[in-house]
Amino acid sequence: MTCAKLLAAALLSSAALFSGSALATPHIQHWQAASGARVYFVEDHDLPMLDVAVDFAAGSAFDTAGKSGVAGMTLGLLDLGAEGLSEDDISRTMADIGAQLSGRFEPDRAGMSLRTLSSVAERNQALDTLAQVLQHPLFPEAVLAREKIRLIAGLKEAETKPESIADKAFNKAVFGTHPYSLPASGEVDTVEKIQRADLEAFYRAHYGANGAVVAIMGDVTRAEAEAIAQKLTAQLPPGGASATVPPVTMQIQPSEQRIAHPATQSHILIGVPGMARDDPDYFPLYVGNYVLGGGGFVSRLMNEVREKRGLAYSVYSYFMPMQQPGAYQIGLQTKKDQADEALQLTRATLREFIAKGPTEKELIAAKQNIIGGFPMRIDSNKKILDYLSVIGFYGLPLTYLDDFVGKVDKVTVAQIRDAFKRHVNPDAMATVIVGAPEEKTEHAK
Amino acid sequence: MQIRWLKYLAALVVFPAILASAAAHAEVFEKTLSNGLKVVVKEDHRAPVVVQQVWYHVGSIDELTGTTGVAHMLEHMMFKGTKTVPPGEFSKRIAAAGGRENAFTNDDYTAYFQQLQSSKLPLAMQLESDRMRNLQVSDAEFAKEVKVVMEERRMRTDDEPHSLLYEKLMAVAYQEHPYRHPVIGWMDDLLVLTAGDTRNWYKSWYAPNNATLVVAGDVKADEVFKLAQRYYGPIPARKLPLRKPHSELPQVGIKRIVVKAPAELPYLVMAYHAPELRDPEKEWKPYALEVLAGILDGNESARLNKSLVREQQLASEVGAGYESTSRGPTMFTLEGTPSTGKSVADLEAGLRQQIALLVKDGVSEEELKRVKAQVTAGEVYKLDSVFYQAMQIGQLESIGLGHKAIPVLLKKLQEVTAQQVQDVAREFFQDDNLSVAVLDPQPISGTQKHADMGGSHDLR
Repeated sequence: MTCAKLLAAALLSSAALFSGSALATPHIQHWQAASGARVYFVEDHDLPMLDVAVDFAAGSAFDTAGKSGVAGMTLGLLDLGAEGLSEDDISRTMADIGAQLSGRFEPDRAGMSLRTLSSVAERNQALDTLAQVLQHPLFPEAVLAREKIRLIAGLKEAETKPESIADKAFNKAVFGTHPYSLPASGEVDTVEKIQRADLEAFYRAHYGANGAVVAIMGDVTRAEAEAIAQKLTAQLPPGGASATVPPVTMQIQPSEQRIAHPATQSHILIGVPGMARDDPDYFPLYVGNYVLGGGGFVSRLMNEVREKRGLAYSVYSYFMPMQQPGAYQIGLQTKKDQADEALQLTRATLREFIAKGPTEKELIAAKQNIIGGFPMRIDSNKKILDYLSVIGFYGLPLTYLDDFVGKVDKVTVAQIRDAFKRHVNPDAMATVIVGAPEEKTEHAK
Repeated sequence: MQIRWLKYLAALVVFPAILASAAAHAEVFEKTLSNGLKVVVKEDHRAPVVVQQVWYHVGSIDELTGTTGVAHMLEHMMFKGTKTVPPGEFSKRIAAAGGRENAFTNDDYTAYFQQLQSSKLPLAMQLESDRMRNLQVSDAEFAKEVKVVMEERRMRTDDEPHSLLYEKLMAVAYQEHPYRHPVIGWMDDLLVLTAGDTRNWYKSWYAPNNATLVVAGDVKADEVFKLAQRYYGPIPARKLPLRKPHSELPQVGIKRIVVKAPAELPYLVMAYHAPELRDPEKEWKPYALEVLAGILDGNESARLNKSLVREQQLASEVGAGYESTSRGPTMFTLEGTPSTGKSVADLEAGLRQQIALLVKDGVSEEELKRVKAQVTAGEVYKLDSVFYQAMQIGQLESIGLGHKAIPVLLKKLQEVTAQQVQDVAREFFQDDNLSVAVLDPQPISGTQKHADMGGSHDLR
């Protein structure tokens, strides 16, 4: 991480703030393991620890409507039984050495990450267990039966929560029948039907070595990293590189759903399909959204809704860039009787932004924050590991971090205005209001 | 933002290699300015960034009945301008410097922080020291912001059944101690809170002699001390209000409450009064309780999850919690959601059986070793977050133990024996010491069926 200091030095040379000159960032090493897995590695011996993540194209977007929940259950059961290891053995071998094993589950990606001490005995014990979990899971019948019951209870609980109800209605309205509309963990009736064979089939189809992305960050050498990557992927199922998500229909019909709920607040979501990870407009949209609703306390939405009028504690907007365009979402919560006022204000703020874009002054402020804050994106092993995984999974250039500041710096007001106009049509958006004001609660246009 | 029951991950160091490494990262320097402001610097040169945190040693524990929530309300008003910095400008200047910033209020303290490139530390100090002395709370800004805080309360507590249950449980478990009041304040108090209340709070408690400045990151301690002297040094000390001692009389019998809220699943919390750590060198019980919490719930194969979720399938979720580091008396909690077809009574019986096993048979050396290994590793992982290291220092300073207690805590945790764990289980898991809260789920009507568990997106 010491290399990041060079970046600061460059940023500090005053006028060089927006120079976009080449900046030093973590040195990413990349290779393909003999197994076929793609590996991304940063060697750093500052701390005696190691972070490893292995991801697959195996998220909820690879579920089908009839078997929604299989993808999540497959990942969930990986560390609940593997050849030679009961679920209890797995948790104990990790806990005995203070290692931390966790899952990552998104619409596109599913994976596991491990944090362990890098001393040889601890590291080997943790990696041996992870290798079994990834490559020889058993999906035990009894564990599946128990986990289905637990998940169904959780799904029923979620059905009572306004934020969950809103998310679900929102995804349906934005994505229709596209798999991005599928709930992450499935539906009560689809989860009930999950069989062990479904998990095995999903695993064989989606956890292949050729599709695996291995990220390694920390206190090992290149030779050790090569051995680790191979050990974690050599015995994965063959194949698995071709999984893709179908295209998203970008134009949607305007809709507004008002759903009753006894909560004191209305939960409001507004959105459209947004942008893909490889969208050429990525940087104009990212920087522009900072001005509208991504910039925390200084965003326009925060200023209008919270600072000027006290209508909400939280109001935000974001793009969720994925293999295909994820949602562009604006959200807030406000006391029921002022929900309509807040909704109108939010829509007016969005409309104004789409029509005119940011001011030059706002764009400069956005760049100052995003560029000036760049060192904090890579100031820990954990954050660098996450970048390695994203760069690897989405096939971003190895120079992604080196190019980041320059690409932000090049964005213009005209580009932002143009990109937003093409991506976000304020007259054709999905709106969901859960806990809507009582007298008006019905499905309306 | 408010944080309650901030998890303090105590840690200890046993592996020699790790010890050496941790020592290389363990340079902590301190100096107290003549106005009483204590400055603590943790150097960490891995990345060219810095975090500044100012911790005021005042929180909801210091509030009086009728004005609960004032500590947190003032935290919000601290962003609303000084004599020279207009409302909202603080955030704009930090943002323009590439920084991130926020604040949080707890029972015991109120803290403000900025994370920036290390070269921007003077700007952060200039702004933070300005609002230590020159805050201006206007009636108009207050009127808007108190509405924001009411929305925050609705979002975090009123519409969150588990938070609501917890709030009501604390109000019952503590009869006299101010921990019975929620940090965010009762809604009735927020409705009548005034700008004058927050101004008085500011005048009473916001002074250099009631604060700790923590700076961590790519800085040199002597340079930080110079900057601190320049920006904070001129602020005069103030005579602080007398802190009234608060105690909690011994509980004299089990207490039970039921909370009805819209939900699908019932939920159970059992809260036992337990001691906080006052003398890190001499005491042992708080450390034994920390280890006990780890044995019950420190990992997936810990007792509660293994027995109640995996084997007996009495619970779909279960947990244990204990916080040794706080200004006032604390609690050991057991909580969980019964499995489908099981009741909260079944789950309570299952939890009680786990307690009985502890009291009767104690814990194994293997379990003890496992908890200590996790703590050891946690001490290394902690080094990956400069922010967290600063948090740990600030929290211990705010509650009066001081950052120098950190190595003591580690050493003492390592010394905990199986017998001590059994002893504290026997001493504190007593019905006379217990408050039980049950969530009684109420149907919601008129909603669509089948919502998913997709993540929520919460910007602070």
